[in-house]
Amino acid sequence: MLACADVYLAEPMSDLLAALFRLSLLLLPLAVLADGAVDHERQRIRLTLSSEPPNLNSTVTTDQISSFVLSHVMEGLLTYDASNELSPGVAERWELRQDGATFWLRRNARWSDGKPVTAHDFVFAWRTAVDPKTASQYASALYPVRNAERINRGELPVTALGVEARGDFRLEVTFERPTPYFLGLTAFFTYYPIRQDFYESRGERYAADADDLLYNGPFVLQRWVHGAHLRLRRNGHYWGRDHVGLYEIDIPYITTDTTAIFNLYQAGSIALAPLETETLRDAVRLGFTPKLFLTGSIYYLQFNLREGRITTNRNLRKAIQAILDPAVLVNKVVGLPGNLPSDSIFPTTVKGVELPFRTEYPAPRPERGLGLARHYLELARQELGLERIPPLVMLVGDGPRANKEAEYFQQLFARGLGLDVRLDRQTAKQRLDKMSRGDFDIVAAGWGPDYDDPMTFGDLFASWNENNRGRYRNPEYDRWVEIAATSPDPEQRMRAFAEMQRLLMEDVPVLPLYESGNVYLQHPQLRGVVRAIFGGDPNLRYAYVAGEDE
Amino acid sequence: MTGFLLRRLLSSLITIWFIATATFFVMHAVPGDPLSNEKAVNPEIRRHLEARYGLDQPVLTQYGIFLRNMATGDFGISFTQQNRRVNDIIREHFPVSALLGVVALVIATLGALLFGALSAQFRDRWPDRTIMLSVIFAISVPSFVLAALAQWGILSLNKAAGFTVLPVAGWGSWRHLIVPAVVLGLGTMAYMTRLMRSSMLEVAQADYLRTARAKGLGSLRIFVFHHMRNALLPVVTVLGPAIAAVTTGGFVVELIFSIPGLGRYFVQAVQQLDYTVIMGTTVFYGAFLVLMVMLVDILYGLIDPRIRVGK
Repeated sequence: MLACADVYLAEPMSDLLAALFRLSLLLLPLAVLADGAVDHERQRIRLTLSSEPPNLNSTVTTDQISSFVLSHVMEGLLTYDASNELSPGVAERWELRQDGATFWLRRNARWSDGKPVTAHDFVFAWRTAVDPKTASQYASALYPVRNAERINRGELPVTALGVEARGDFRLEVTFERPTPYFLGLTAFFTYYPIRQDFYESRGERYAADADDLLYNGPFVLQRWVHGAHLRLRRNGHYWGRDHVGLYEIDIPYITTDTTAIFNLYQAGSIALAPLETETLRDAVRLGFTPKLFLTGSIYYLQFNLREGRITTNRNLRKAIQAILDPAVLVNKVVGLPGNLPSDSIFPTTVKGVELPFRTEYPAPRPERGLGLARHYLELARQELGLERIPPLVMLVGDGPRANKEAEYFQQLFARGLGLDVRLDRQTAKQRLDKMSRGDFDIVAAGWGPDYDDPMTFGDLFASWNENNRGRYRNPEYDRWVEIAATSPDPEQRMRAFAEMQRLLMEDVPVLPLYESGNVYLQHPQLRGVVRAIFGGDPNLRYAYVAGEDE
Repeated sequence: MTGFLLRRLLSSLITIWFIATATFFVMHAVPGDPLSNEKAVNPEIRRHLEARYGLDQPVLTQYGIFLRNMATGDFGISFTQQNRRVNDIIREHFPVSALLGVVALVIATLGALLFGALSAQFRDRWPDRTIMLSVIFAISVPSFVLAALAQWGILSLNKAAGFTVLPVAGWGSWRHLIVPAVVLGLGTMAYMTRLMRSSMLEVAQADYLRTARAKGLGSLRIFVFHHMRNALLPVVTVLGPAIAAVTTGGFVVELIFSIPGLGRYFVQAVQQLDYTVIMGTTVFYGAFLVLMVMLVDILYGLIDPRIRVGK
């Protein structure tokens, strides 16, 4: 039927088509303007995200994308300045003591509906986060506050939390134990304020859409089409609005496909583009200049030390340590610049007393070499009374990079030590499940810092830590963690972390591999972007679009 | 006719129930824990999370609750997006996939009719050979390669033109829709072209075509009303599954062109073990497929009066 109609309409149709075609050509130049990655006049940039923010409720969210969005639309007591140092946020001054802290809130901090941000908003948010009914997976971020952990375990009412509003503009915090890094925590999303009346008016839908959230940060979420589009606009009620460079952050693309992201960048549609091995090659070939950034996360191999596992044998672990050179892994296998080989579980980005921790306490290098590795393996065989080491199960992720690394380990251990490594490739949830159940001999894992203190990595191997997936238990290590947790003396604390660093190298419950780096492209007109380890990355609070000839 | 419809409706409901039940138990049998996270949580938090999603109940009780809720059309809240209802996810994202799918299918069907008929008409001559070679290409190249190629094509086109002829990715206007729809529909188009071609060749031998010619009808009229119409049946048969395939199979295309369709949620849900979203989308897609097949059955009778449903 259709074909027939086409035949009869053939003549007038072609005229109509021609007219439409001419019309569409007229409309096209408009589309060019709308596609710009940066707009100097309007101070607007376009970006892409790998997924939409899964949850913008700051008390329960856990992921990096939500953290990025929240860090631009919300503000905690403290925040980060353009050089990544802690600076006043809602609090204009503060006092940190051994037993607690006092924050004096600025009187011109406002919610996006114009009402003032008060100390009560912090009390409400923190109580909500530790309330077991909220079931926040990040409630532990608040554990330094007195009674937080016991409330979270359901042993005390939320009103017992060590935080109190003295009037509208003064907040008193009592600590569970001395917490020298507490100020950094107040910039973390779990510590953001929430206004009770608004939260309760939204019920289950709080933060589900752009108008189900109340903002107190430099931007507001003006539009949110799920899975498709987010638009952040400068917040007219923000106390520091005069110092916010950008007027609009528009995010009309949501995709994880790195080639698509690179294509968008090439097409001039987005201002920032992360690169992977393949797209990096193309980017360099086309004359773009990639930038590097250390994310502060560390990747490692973790051994299972649960009873009955063959990896409980220290000499077997030493053998693997001696044969595996992180530098070779990073340069020959990962092959993406920006990643840094590491002999320590503490990344170079971690702060020490004055300088970076790793500058003050360089990581001891383990002795390496094929002969040494075989010597340790021989010792392990004798101790275990085995002719041959049985196959080892290595639990790995299912991404392309994880695959490449796993195959490298498998081949390295087989050729050098005659070890039979069976790869157990699992998707994210299955891998986590097997990790927590201890269903592995070796697992390839990683850890990102939650707060700006070496403790975020140090206590990972404390015997009581649930995240200690290999169940490393060493009373000496635990003792150093206790000292670092309670000592008020920064020098003593850092010495304790150095001892942990040494113990991990000697005992090898974990084999550090590399610090992860990002390679990315940034539009030359986009300036002032701060790449941040804490408090949401990238930080666009100080960003602006320069003119074309600047 | 009414009896037939009722019977079909009943068997459709049983099919949907079966899909839901099978998915439910397979999903729970998959190792892994939907509540696990990079950070371990204390048992109290765990207990509350389990209670929120009903995971503290025995699996059979959970199944009962699920069936009761499904009957009222409620699939609960997502595990990964804790403040979004699965119904909202489907309601907001399915129309996108559907629009993309419908456009893809229209392109595929029109293309298949045209190319199939052409290649039958010019059997074993160059138009036929060219079309059949392209068909093999379109069937064998996977959609992620096609999508990436198409995107590279848009990029080159824009560079050559000096302005944005078509957007590289994104969603919002017909210009965002056109290339993804072609990419998505290409495989179906190729498959249907082959069907159309062989069906046209078969019908070409039929007596009624000779009769029509003998009656002195115009060749275009014969081609369209006598030849093509009778050759359509096998193509219509695959239309039902094709609709479902195209509207549900757009995951890769949605990802590469950054389109907010339901396909992405479906695949992510499986990866994340998001129980409620897995159940919601699977049951929804299942019901959709069953409905499409039923519609095709009814369409049969309209095209070919010899097949009267209900016999």
